[in-house]
Amino acid sequence: MRDIKKIILYGVLCAGLLVTFTPFLYMITTSLTKDTYALPYPPNVLPNQFYYQNYIEVWQSNNFNRYFLNSFFVAITTMICNVFISSLTAYGFAKFKFPLKEFIFKCFIISMMVPGILNIIPQFTVIQSLGLVDTYTGLIILYVGSGIAGSTFFLRGFFEGIPKELEESVTIDGGSRWTIFHKIVLPLAAPSIGTFSIFAFSGAWDEFFAALTIIKTEAKRTLPIALRMFEGKHASDYGLIFAASIIAVTPIILVFIIFQKQLVRGGISEGSIKG
Amino acid sequence: MDTNLLQNRIKKGIKEWLEVLPYIAIGLILVFVFVFYPLFKNFYISVTEYTIIPGAESPFVGIENYKQIFNDDKFYYAFRNSVLMVLVTVPTQIIFGVVLAYIIDNARKGKTFFKTAYYIPVITSWIVVSYIFKYIFAGGKGGFMNYILMNLHIISEPIGWFQNTWTALAVTWILSIWKGIGWCMIIYIAGLQGIPKMLYESAALDGASEYQKFRFITIPQLAPITFFILINLTIGAFNSFIQTYILTNGAPMNTTHVMMSLMYARAFQNFEFGIASAMGVLQGAVILCIIIFQKWVIKKSER
Repeated sequence: MRDIKKIILYGVLCAGLLVTFTPFLYMITTSLTKDTYALPYPPNVLPNQFYYQNYIEVWQSNNFNRYFLNSFFVAITTMICNVFISSLTAYGFAKFKFPLKEFIFKCFIISMMVPGILNIIPQFTVIQSLGLVDTYTGLIILYVGSGIAGSTFFLRGFFEGIPKELEESVTIDGGSRWTIFHKIVLPLAAPSIGTFSIFAFSGAWDEFFAALTIIKTEAKRTLPIALRMFEGKHASDYGLIFAASIIAVTPIILVFIIFQKQLVRGGISEGSIKG
Repeated sequence: MDTNLLQNRIKKGIKEWLEVLPYIAIGLILVFVFVFYPLFKNFYISVTEYTIIPGAESPFVGIENYKQIFNDDKFYYAFRNSVLMVLVTVPTQIIFGVVLAYIIDNARKGKTFFKTAYYIPVITSWIVVSYIFKYIFAGGKGGFMNYILMNLHIISEPIGWFQNTWTALAVTWILSIWKGIGWCMIIYIAGLQGIPKMLYESAALDGASEYQKFRFITIPQLAPITFFILINLTIGAFNSFIQTYILTNGAPMNTTHVMMSLMYARAFQNFEFGIASAMGVLQGAVILCIIIFQKWVIKKSER
């Protein structure tokens, strides 16, 4: 009886894995296939050739390596600015008392529910009036600006959990709020800040519509936009699209697998705003 | 005496603000400029015939844009499709999510492995998974899904998935469900760990079956989390976008747009910013209603 239950249990789990991973496997296989303008018949889910030329072609053609670096630069800068600004803001909301604090924070939370895309038109006009259309600065400032509310919410919780006694010991030694912040709070919250950094990075790495709207010059594009360039008007070479896709998603998936314990836990609070 | 008290309070308030300001100033400015201000600007754009060219005039047109929206079939299709996206994908994700979570939570070995594996679609970018599904559901005999369905003798002719409104919509639903289950599962696993083991033990003593335990302990205990997931998925599904944009972009004949993809098309393909913003305001209103409903239910259940 026990054994039957076990078999059913793992049977369901494995069937689920099959459904989850067949699309990925199909993508990998296609990325290793030559001439995918026409659909091969019958379709191959398991790789039967190893045409890695697609990867070389993708990397060298259409400035793809350039787009990779663009995305990397934009995502890293966004991450650093976002983490820096939101840890300061979160500390302010966690450990200070001031009028309208809870009201402003509630506005932050409500703004998290509003989908980013809804604001894209006015945000674009803001970027335009700042003269930042078609610049990385424009894109980064938009990513950071629209991410701050969520990250402040996320980090405040962690900062509030830091025991008062630790802070008081600093105050007794004559330390200021600032000392408390960077000597006690930041080091203690390091794991959650780390988790959060990865979310900020991957958010900017994957972002599609702001990048599509703000960046005009071809050489300045980011990866998600570049992926779309491989899609032809009539026939698309899916071998190339998927080779490019795999290059684009691998860094994020690797980071996730390496840090999965922390990320899954962090993902729950981050997931409170599901896009 | 009273004015004195008020003055003191204001003084204290200002002092507190000056203390905290160095920490929160940049954050506040950014959120104001890129979130709050755009929200209000949206209202303004929605009542003008907005021109994006700097310096050009944007004449005030009142509710003209809103009228135009409601006189447009495209809007009704998009609204219907957004609602269907919620009605189809949300319950399905919840059911699969809770069952998977329950099974994984009961598995002795490989918990971490299965959790990680099922979460991978969640972290893979929308645009990449959209392309995968576009390829899987390619038309013709060589399309992966057509090939399988034909070999299983479920269909006799290959289906042109994206040539037909309902099959195209179905593909966007399947993709959304496939990508979202892992998220539900992770949250449910966290929720399951919060259920006191004692409840199960005493139920076992009373001779409860596995199904009865699931039905009468697990499900009720998970109710608050289910509500949290329900609200998040509803808002998420209502805002869904990239899958439609990549898979169909409205085709055939603008019948598969969802609210967001139609809004984007009107703004950045037709340059009808006023109308697009008006759609945005309507969408925002719907989301606000969902949030208010959520607050109301939580308050009621706490009483």
